[in-house]
Formats: sequence, structure tokens, C-alpha cells
Amino acid sequence: MSKEATVLFDAPGPRARARNTMVTVVASIVLLGILAAFLWRFNDKGQFAGELWSPFTKWTVWDKLILPGLWSTLKAAAVASVLALLFGVVFGLARLSDHWWVRVPAGVVVEFFRAIPLLILIFLAFFIPNKISPTIADSAFGTFQRVLVDNVFSVFGVEINAGTITVPAFAAVVFGLVLYNGSVLAEVVRAGVLSIPKGQAEAAYSVGLRKNGVMRLILLPQAVTVMMPAIVSQLVVLLKDTALGFIIAYSELLSAGFRQVPANYHNNKIQAGIVVAVIYIAINMAVSRFATWLEARSRRSRKTEAKTMGADVVAPPAPGMAAGGAASGV
Amino acid sequence: MFDFGPFFDNIDQILEGFWATIRLAALSAVLSLLIGTLLVSFRVAPVPLLRVVGTGYVNIVRNTPLTLVLLMCSLGLNDVLALKFSDNPSTTYYWWAVLGLSGYTAAFVCESLRAGINTVPLGQAEAARSVGLTFSQSLRIVILPQAFRSVIAPLGSVMIAMIKNTTVASAASYAEAAAVMKDLLDQPSFTSGALPLFIGVAIGFMILTLPTGFFFGWLHKRMAVAR
Repeated sequence: MSKEATVLFDAPGPRARARNTMVTVVASIVLLGILAAFLWRFNDKGQFAGELWSPFTKWTVWDKLILPGLWSTLKAAAVASVLALLFGVVFGLARLSDHWWVRVPAGVVVEFFRAIPLLILIFLAFFIPNKISPTIADSAFGTFQRVLVDNVFSVFGVEINAGTITVPAFAAVVFGLVLYNGSVLAEVVRAGVLSIPKGQAEAAYSVGLRKNGVMRLILLPQAVTVMMPAIVSQLVVLLKDTALGFIIAYSELLSAGFRQVPANYHNNKIQAGIVVAVIYIAINMAVSRFATWLEARSRRSRKTEAKTMGADVVAPPAPGMAAGGAASGV
Repeated sequence: MFDFGPFFDNIDQILEGFWATIRLAALSAVLSLLIGTLLVSFRVAPVPLLRVVGTGYVNIVRNTPLTLVLLMCSLGLNDVLALKFSDNPSTTYYWWAVLGLSGYTAAFVCESLRAGINTVPLGQAEAARSVGLTFSQSLRIVILPQAFRSVIAPLGSVMIAMIKNTTVASAASYAEAAAVMKDLLDQPSFTSGALPLFIGVAIGFMILTLPTGFFFGWLHKRMAVAR
């Protein structure tokens, strides 16, 4: 309970205590009522049957379905996190460039990918290459396309056969996650660098550093401290968003737990959903706890002038908003 | 490759998808703001039980993927438990999509508002108490109005994220813009129109998100609390 909130009310006296007790009783009755109605319905539809719950006590279910799914989720999240951070640093710094021909295109890219839904980006990567690649293969860029796929995208399992590109679901999910979260991280990087007091850069220039040195030796190291909590929170968003892989049948945790398990064990969708949700919540809360810890640590540290943007604060305002202020990642 | 013919041939279907997106987003915006406000008043209430309920809800919902939330609503609650809003499938899936999306977004609205409550100076709450306002009065009359005005920009970001999140409802049997896009791309004959379709849908979403951003940015400046 934060200090600011408790200031909203006095330490309760006898009447307030009585009132609070009454509210507690009424609220409990309402909540228990909702819960009871739900459980009654649950029982009515036979959802307490042991065969619906018992699959989760079997090792083969975990070994063959849920753990491989979890592994796919973590793999996609890890690869996408690294690439998104790279994307974020490159485009975040590009947006701070002194040259308009670097700054403007980078800005357009970042704002574009922030303004459209992640799922649409995943569809772009998953469906569109195999539709348009035969046309490209017949054109002057055919060789270029083949070389590009063979040498770069093959790392992600992308294949090219007779001019038609097949993108595996993994690559499509990673592509979408990188472009979307990378753009958000680019804004975080930009905000982080801009939040460093101007005197730091001025002092660096005055001792004779060039722009590159100022950025690399003075501004970025401090900005990293500022950005850390926001970056980790964004990685939670990224991890959660891997669940969109479900829609294009990437066999991640949600797909394995919520599609495969019910398909094999008496359609136990609700039970499977609860188990999968618990796994997601445990992972995400652990990562969030880490972000809070990082934030507290860097607030204590006296090495830097920089103030962190806060653990609850995730990203700069959404596209189209010039106003300052922080936003939560959704 | 840049043949916009197929795109315009299916424009009716695409516009219908966007109309479904707008209907979902508009209702979810209103509902999520209401639920979010209720949740934040729970989280700062003097009654411990309400605080636990509010905190528990926010932590659970915020850490669950939206895809799972919406799938649980449509496949779990609607199909398995047969908690239907209507016998018409498209109506009941619409309402479950609205409820799921609002319930999910409300957790983020609540967090933004709580950050806003923290920006209200201590003296304001103390003054409210000293003139004898009760908890609910001081929250209603003094604290929340100022909190709302200071978090318009973050709320705008939450709303924009919500608009983009409507696409996930396509997984929960609700035919909005992303679902229409997927249906069209699933047709083998739909080849040369693929890239224009992406561009069209992307522009459609930018038409929804960018003005919302400008609006909230403008509102934020206009409503800023002068201190």
C-alpha cells in the first residue's frame, strides 16, 4: 500500500471500523455469490470431472506438449528480444541523428510500425512472401531474392523452392515481434538519451569528444540505467505477445496447452486455459519483479545523474501524441 | 505485385471488417474506462478486502496474454460453460470480445490512473480530509478528477493499444479487420493483391490510431492541471 493512497483516509475510528467491516461483509457476499454461481455452472456442465483435470498430473502431457510449447515460447521471445533491442538502439539513435536524411526515414519507420497492430505484421511475414515471391523470382530481383533468403533468412528457417518462399511460423512471429517491439524500444532509447541532463553532453563536447564519443561514452551508458526498467517491462510485453503465434499455429505454450491438450484430452479447454495462464503469470511476474528490483537498485545508485523512468512506466506516448507523459505497455 | 484491383474488389468486406473493429473498440473504450475506474477505487480503498481484490485482478489479467483471455471468453465461457449473451453466434461472440477486451484493458487503465493518483499533491488529499470529506467524496470530488487530467496521455496510449488489440479478437471468432485480411489471404487465388491488401489494412489502422493519438495529445495539453 503506497503512502499516497493511505493519505486518502484517516486511521479508522470506531464508526469507520464498523463501516469498513460492513463493506467487507457485503463485498465478500457479492464475491462469494459470483464465485458460487460460477462454480455451480461449472459443476452443471460437468467441468469438475477428474478426467478433465488429471491430464495435468501426467508427465507425458508436460513432457510431450506443455514443456516443448514453453520452450518454443521462450525461444521466440529470446531471439525476438535480442533483435528488437538491436533494432531499438539502431533506430533510436538514428532518430537522434543530426542529418535529416537519417532522422526522417528512421522516424517514419518507427512511427509506422508502432501505429499498426502486431498481428497484421505477423500476417505480413507469414502469408505475403509466398504470394509475391514467384512474381519477384521472375523479375530482375529474382537472384537477389534467392541470395537474400539463402544467406540471411535461412537462419530463421525460411526456405525458397522454385522461387516460392515459405516462411515458418517461428520466423513470422519473430519478424512481427522485432518490428513492433523494436520500434517501441527505439522510442524508449530516444527518450532515455533525451532525458540525460544537457550539461553532460556539453561537458563531454568541451573536453574535446566528438559526437560519436559523446554518445558512446557519456550519454548511452547513463541512458541505459534510465531505460533498464522500461526495457525489461517491454520484454514482458514481448513475451506475452508470443501468444499471438497461436493464430498462425506456431506451436508455442498457448498453442500446445490450449489447442493440443484439449484436442487430446476430452476437450478440457477451461482447465487447460487455467494451467497455461498460471504458467504465463508466473513467468511474467518473475520478470516484472526483476524490473522493479532493477529500478530500485538504479535509484539507490549514486553513479549516475540520471533518474529512471520508473518501473511502472513502459513506453513513451503512442504514435501521434507529441505530449510528454508515460504509458503502460499493453 | 502492386495491383490494387483485388483490394478494391473486396472493399465491401474490408470496410465491414473495419466497421466491426470500430464497434468493438468504441464499446471497449467506454467499458474499460468504467471498469478501470472502479478497480482503481478498489485499490486505494480503506477496506483491505477490496484492495486485495483490485490488486489480484490487475496482477492476474496484466500478466496473461490477451489471446488467452479472449479465447477463454469465447471458447471457455461461451462454448463450454454455455454462458451466452444471445442465441445468435455473431452477437454472443461480439459481446464476449467486448467483455474480454474491456476486462483486459481495464487493468492497464487502472494502473495508469493509480500513477495519476500518485501525482496529486499530498496537500489536496489532506485538505479534502480536513474539510470533512469522506473517502468516497474526496476520491470523487478531489482526487480522481485531477488524476484523470494528469494521465490523459498514458490513457491515450492504452486506448491506442486497445484499438490495435482488437485484431486479437479474430482468434476468438469475431470477424473484424484482421480476420477479413486473413480470410482473403487464405484464398489461393488472392496472389497479386496480397501486398496492397496489407498496405490497405495498415493504412486503415493508422486512420484509427493516429487521430486518436492526436486527439489525446491535444486533450492532454488542454486539460493539464496548472500547478
